[in-house]
Amino acid sequence: MPEAGALPTRKDEAWRYAAVEALQGVPLDDWRTITVARGDAMRECVVVEDRADGAEGTVLHRLRVTVREGARCELFAVIAAELYARVEIEVTLGRGAHFEFGGVTVGGRDTVREFVTRVVHAEPEATSNQTVRSVHWGQGTGNFLGTIEVARHAQKTDAAQSFKGLLLEKGASVNAVPQLEIFADDVKCAHGATVGQLDEQARFYMAARGLSPEVARRLLVQAFIGDAFVALDDESERERLMRVALDKLDRHL
Amino acid sequence: MLQIENLHATVADRPILKGLSLTINAGEVHAIMGPNGAGKSTLSYVLGGRPGYEVTGGSVTLEGQDLLEMDPHERAAAGLFLGFQYPVEIPGVSNVQFLREALNSQRKSRGQEPLSGGEFLKLAKDKAALLKLDMDMLKRHVNVGFSGGEKKRAEMVQMGILDPKLAILDETDSGLDIDALRVVGQGINAIMRAPDKAVLLITHYQRLLEYVRPDYVHILSQGRIVKTGGPELAQALEREGYDAVMAPENANA
Repeated sequence: MPEAGALPTRKDEAWRYAAVEALQGVPLDDWRTITVARGDAMRECVVVEDRADGAEGTVLHRLRVTVREGARCELFAVIAAELYARVEIEVTLGRGAHFEFGGVTVGGRDTVREFVTRVVHAEPEATSNQTVRSVHWGQGTGNFLGTIEVARHAQKTDAAQSFKGLLLEKGASVNAVPQLEIFADDVKCAHGATVGQLDEQARFYMAARGLSPEVARRLLVQAFIGDAFVALDDESERERLMRVALDKLDRHL
Repeated sequence: MLQIENLHATVADRPILKGLSLTINAGEVHAIMGPNGAGKSTLSYVLGGRPGYEVTGGSVTLEGQDLLEMDPHERAAAGLFLGFQYPVEIPGVSNVQFLREALNSQRKSRGQEPLSGGEFLKLAKDKAALLKLDMDMLKRHVNVGFSGGEKKRAEMVQMGILDPKLAILDETDSGLDIDALRVVGQGINAIMRAPDKAVLLITHYQRLLEYVRPDYVHILSQGRIVKTGGPELAQALEREGYDAVMAPENANA
């Protein structure tokens, strides 16, 4: 952690792909803390979307969540605005607790949009599942830095992390940094990361059925980012998050 | 309906079609047969406008319109349906959504009103029943987890829903067992046997032609049509093989 007053640099692992130059004047120690009481469940959606006045700059959301024994925390997020936006989540899981995270970044120009998570399995039998999808074009960048820590006695931990990046244009980029620190021996930790482009075969197949390239692209992107919100049980919330992401894409087309 | 004149095409700079000419009138069913590598699939992809298949000479018109000037999705809207040898899987997009978007895109470009959800579902149900495909399959993602036979039947359901003027069916019979072959054959007849429609079947085998009786059978070899006859030509091929049937032509070449 950088000292108070000093800005982080890209040498800091957690800020490696960040637009650190955009942090000037931004309060960095502004963490929001949430505690989910034993056996409780909470869900929250974080949306970074265009501001009403059209201004843009830097937005940081920093959440520190403690999920007590048997409790459940679900976070879903879309980052579809700002020159630099970062949603950072630190979660500590009690025995048998669950953390669910679905995140989507979309963006073009030279924007940087990122998720940084640190999930601490502090007690046995907790589960976590993280799904991040990033769609970028222009010189846009999407990042997912995901750390999973499993304490020595946190046996029967089951943690999963999935990242997929979709680059619509040459010049866009995504970075995935999965980091697993496992000190227990009876755990399941799965992680996967892929980067690709739109499936040309699927695009031609869709065109051959009469879909314009724009509609085909929208459908394919919708299917791609949909993965992140499969676990979101509230249909209207799911539609809202999808709309924020897809509207941004539509305006680019 | 379809007029192909002296068509030349290359794939990755390799000439595949070398002066192919073919006229298909409304109400007719044509079959193209030919040994591996003759250019059968290339012909279907060139007519569909697949990227990477470059036309280097000749012309193709569909009902008098220059087909080669159109984008793939415009060709579909003009009434062309391409049945794929290997239908493409599109995870995350349901058949119902895909086909409704496709149909309504085509209708829009023809200046017709879009079908409502209810109207579309009724149409889809009718066509699925025709091909003995469980309606539940249409709620699943496009071709994902379908067997080879189910994919081919789903292609024919798509054709029924989209109601094209000209269907080019590339090895629609491959991968079908005997019962499925009959169902697909009957489906093609039910959907496409009409005075104002036409079919071009591309196949290796005579057996589909027992169900969908062609008016003309053409042999494609080395990028050109080298022999044309009636259904008896397909039977002769099945009996004697390409080498024997084409021997007289080869002798004159």
